[in-house]
Amino acid sequence: MKKLESSLKNMLLVLTGVTVISVAILAVVNELTKGPIEIANAKALSDAVSLVVPGFDNDPIAEKKVENLDGVEYAVYPASKGGKSIGAAVEATSMGFGGELKVLVGFDAEGNILDYSVLSHSETPGLGSKSTEWFKQGNKGDITGLNPGQAPLTVSKDGGQVDAITASTITSRAFLKAVNAAYAAFSGERTDGLTGATQKAVQAAPEEGEEPQAAAITDNNEEEKGADNE
Amino acid sequence: MSNFKILMNGIIKENPTFVLLLGMCPTLGTTSSAINGMGMGLATAFVLICSNVVISAIKNLIPDKVRIPAFIVVIASFVTLLQMLMQAYVPALYATLGLFIPLIVVNCILLGRAEAFAAKNAPIASFFDGLGMGIGFTIGLTLLGAVRELLGTGKIFSLGIFPEDYGMLLFVLAPGAFIALGFLIALVNKLKKA
Repeated sequence: MKKLESSLKNMLLVLTGVTVISVAILAVVNELTKGPIEIANAKALSDAVSLVVPGFDNDPIAEKKVENLDGVEYAVYPASKGGKSIGAAVEATSMGFGGELKVLVGFDAEGNILDYSVLSHSETPGLGSKSTEWFKQGNKGDITGLNPGQAPLTVSKDGGQVDAITASTITSRAFLKAVNAAYAAFSGERTDGLTGATQKAVQAAPEEGEEPQAAAITDNNEEEKGADNE
Repeated sequence: MSNFKILMNGIIKENPTFVLLLGMCPTLGTTSSAINGMGMGLATAFVLICSNVVISAIKNLIPDKVRIPAFIVVIASFVTLLQMLMQAYVPALYATLGLFIPLIVVNCILLGRAEAFAAKNAPIASFFDGLGMGIGFTIGLTLLGAVRELLGTGKIFSLGIFPEDYGMLLFVLAPGAFIALGFLIALVNKLKKA
């Protein structure tokens, strides 16, 4: 077959044709994979939730609540067994060393940390990326069993109780900041329905220098939420 | 040239990583571990084979002056297709390779092979060229990934060889990729001369 001539008509027709066929194929594949992609994403999330708050018999994903603190939205997945609350998994993000660090933290009903899972991060491989394991039970920076409500978690360099990842203090700080924020959202979500008594203790948690302001904002939020509930 | 020769050409004589030095961005970026390197190599090989065959099949329908945009549309379609399939069926690998999958579009190997081989040869020969280049690229990336993983963390394919504490972190980071690649190329050249 002879090669098509490079006339304007030919070029227009061929490029349009190639594009139309490509778009058609991609549209079909997109339709086909839409379902599986959703299932895969949902499965990744539900796996993470059952890892961080084990032993529930409800569907935390379906009961997802959105908690708004200082204009930031947190997803709270409440876990319960036999109708009784056994805690919740909370999604929180903070800026790490290489970008956003997204964690899912599990709390029991008292607010003690059960476990966590790093959902996504862009930390340096071999350094900050160790955060996926470092703070787990039995490892050097073990945070399980700690309660950020009693005292916000900080790295030992900042006078806190958690050992930072070797050579990755920024990542460690960001990680603990996310955990503290998750706790604030967790207790905020619970106090919405109960009393505001624990709210202030929690809000003492945010980073240095912002405390008075943060506490003030939370008070406002609480009023607003109270209004919402009515 | 027989199909077997074309195949071996991509794997050894014109290995994209060690001889042609094409596609350096994913080569250096994704090879922090052997499995990542292999995943990236296989993903590229898939797109390379498909785009080579399709471009070779439609080469006479495409006027010379618009061949580059037409090739890029074909390549980009296959990459998007691969991206959707990976997201659906191997989400874990997709999460690790992330941004590098869409970047296969701008990998010079693809356009390079389309221009240099597929646009001049029959579909079957182009298939073997894509397969050979794909395997060559996969071998290159897996090897580089394995070296970096071993020196950096003491593991290969996550199997512990020596304790992680003795690992040289440098090799997991970007500079280690350049150093390891340099030494691997030197080694390949030495072996080829022998």
